[in-house]
Amino acid sequence: MSDATAADTLPTQSARAARRVRVNKSALVMAAYLIFLMLPIYWLLNMSLKTNTEILNDFTLVPNQLTFANYATILTDPAWYMGYVNSLIYVVMNTVISLTVALPAAYAFSRYHFMGDKHLFFWLLTNRMAPPAVFALPFFQLYSSVGLFDTHIAVALAHCLFNVPLAVWILEGFMRGVPKEIDETAYIDGYSFGRFFVKIFMPLIASGIGVAAFFCFMFSWVELLLSRTLTTVDAKPIAAIMTRTQGASGIDWGVLAAAGILTIVPGALVIWFVRNYIAKGFALGRV
Amino acid sequence: MDKTVNHKAWFLVLPVLILVAFSAVIPLMTVVNYSVQDTFGQNEFFWAGLEWFEEMLASDRMWDALGRQLMFSGIILLIEVPLGIFVALNMPKSGFWASFCLVVMSLPLLIPWNVVGTIWQIFGRVDIGLLGYTLDLIGVDYNYTQDTFAAWVTIIVMDVWHWTSLVALLAYAGLKSIPDAYYQAAKIDQASRWKVFRFIELPKMMGVLMIAVLLRFMDSFMIYTEPFVVTGGGPGNATTLLSIDLVKMALGQFDLGPAAAFSIMYFLVILLISWVFYTVMTNLDKKGM
Repeated sequence: MSDATAADTLPTQSARAARRVRVNKSALVMAAYLIFLMLPIYWLLNMSLKTNTEILNDFTLVPNQLTFANYATILTDPAWYMGYVNSLIYVVMNTVISLTVALPAAYAFSRYHFMGDKHLFFWLLTNRMAPPAVFALPFFQLYSSVGLFDTHIAVALAHCLFNVPLAVWILEGFMRGVPKEIDETAYIDGYSFGRFFVKIFMPLIASGIGVAAFFCFMFSWVELLLSRTLTTVDAKPIAAIMTRTQGASGIDWGVLAAAGILTIVPGALVIWFVRNYIAKGFALGRV
Repeated sequence: MDKTVNHKAWFLVLPVLILVAFSAVIPLMTVVNYSVQDTFGQNEFFWAGLEWFEEMLASDRMWDALGRQLMFSGIILLIEVPLGIFVALNMPKSGFWASFCLVVMSLPLLIPWNVVGTIWQIFGRVDIGLLGYTLDLIGVDYNYTQDTFAAWVTIIVMDVWHWTSLVALLAYAGLKSIPDAYYQAAKIDQASRWKVFRFIELPKMMGVLMIAVLLRFMDSFMIYTEPFVVTGGGPGNATTLLSIDLVKMALGQFDLGPAAAFSIMYFLVILLISWVFYTVMTNLDKKGM
């Protein structure tokens, strides 16, 4: 009797042990990967909390004299913090514009066949794939000639080049998942298109809108080439202001590191809210 | 889903068309315009025909940059795609640790690109960077500003650091969509781990992996900011990729004609490759993957 139980439990135990070993191996791989990801960021954070003398003279893994002076420099000097404000202004403008035009278009693509729809869809994709370097000079001339140079709206419109196609793609993917019967029932119930879209349809794809907004935010926030080309003073983004640290007395490493850390913060904050949808968004709604 | 034919849907697409026309077509026309004209300044232009295209096609400069670009994109795809799949296979499937991994992994994706460059520029410095200092300490001769090989290793490791998570996230999403029944069936058939991967996980991930490869290829093909911040295209021209070369030509030297011809050919290459990917992707969609 006891033998039988022992024989019964033995393989289970070994299986459990094997599973534990496998889980541990996975955990090990993940830990190694996450450490690889975090090391450069840790180093930047470490540097941002040091004085320049310490950065240049001692090699320390944690700051000897903890200082927040680098952050204070940025947060008290308008020339610095206005960079963040400028970046945020054009990023938000871009997100709003992109979503407003992308929503009806994505609905059309997800629900109807119309003349040239496939070509149009592909053409939109090609804009996402257009190298910003190709557009830098013509954008500069276009926005200068219409008097929008060095304004937030110019950068916001320029970023539409790659964000609108992306938003259309993501939203179309999410809208595809909503059964068409809902539209038909609403029309039978006497809803107009506008009312149906805002009152019924948009809440249904709220997560899709969130993800699309997140991606517009993200790609507008990380882009530098176009935003730097289109601005000089009034709408200069933080990423371009960072090059200011190269002064006559060499580079102010501490402030540079602090500015870098502060650009990571907004992304880190919003990412928590969309963590479960990130992959679906990157797959353009096609998972 | 069955779609109804409705040509009035064009009105819904109209705002996008107008906006994209303003932000893409008009600038692109400017480029085409420059590519067939020459100027002596003072806004006097005259017709140059296809001269610039011939000049660019005959010059080594563009071909060298294209060669470096293909090498860069090839290497990072070869590293990032297998590594991303490997990471995705090892990710926890649910619970707090899954969310934790997702958030930490997405972090590099949300860092402005020039900050990514700055981070690695600092990280690799022998005097103040952790990586450079450690390598120096263990006796590796590492200097990314002077040594071509070190510069290449730096920008490749930087790109792997920056974008592998994207591939991993996509592969992870693909993995999660596989129903448990598939794994149970495999268990009954006593399939090996490799066979499970080869015949269940890989085919099911194919759709998202195509997107991952497409995005990674395109983005690496037009990469500008990160390598520019780290190496400035140097040492010499060793890391001058297509976009870096183009910006140098257009905004640095203001050679509008050649730069425009360069742009158009650059864009056509990208267009061609996108079209191939798009066709493959829609075919996969049709097969229901």
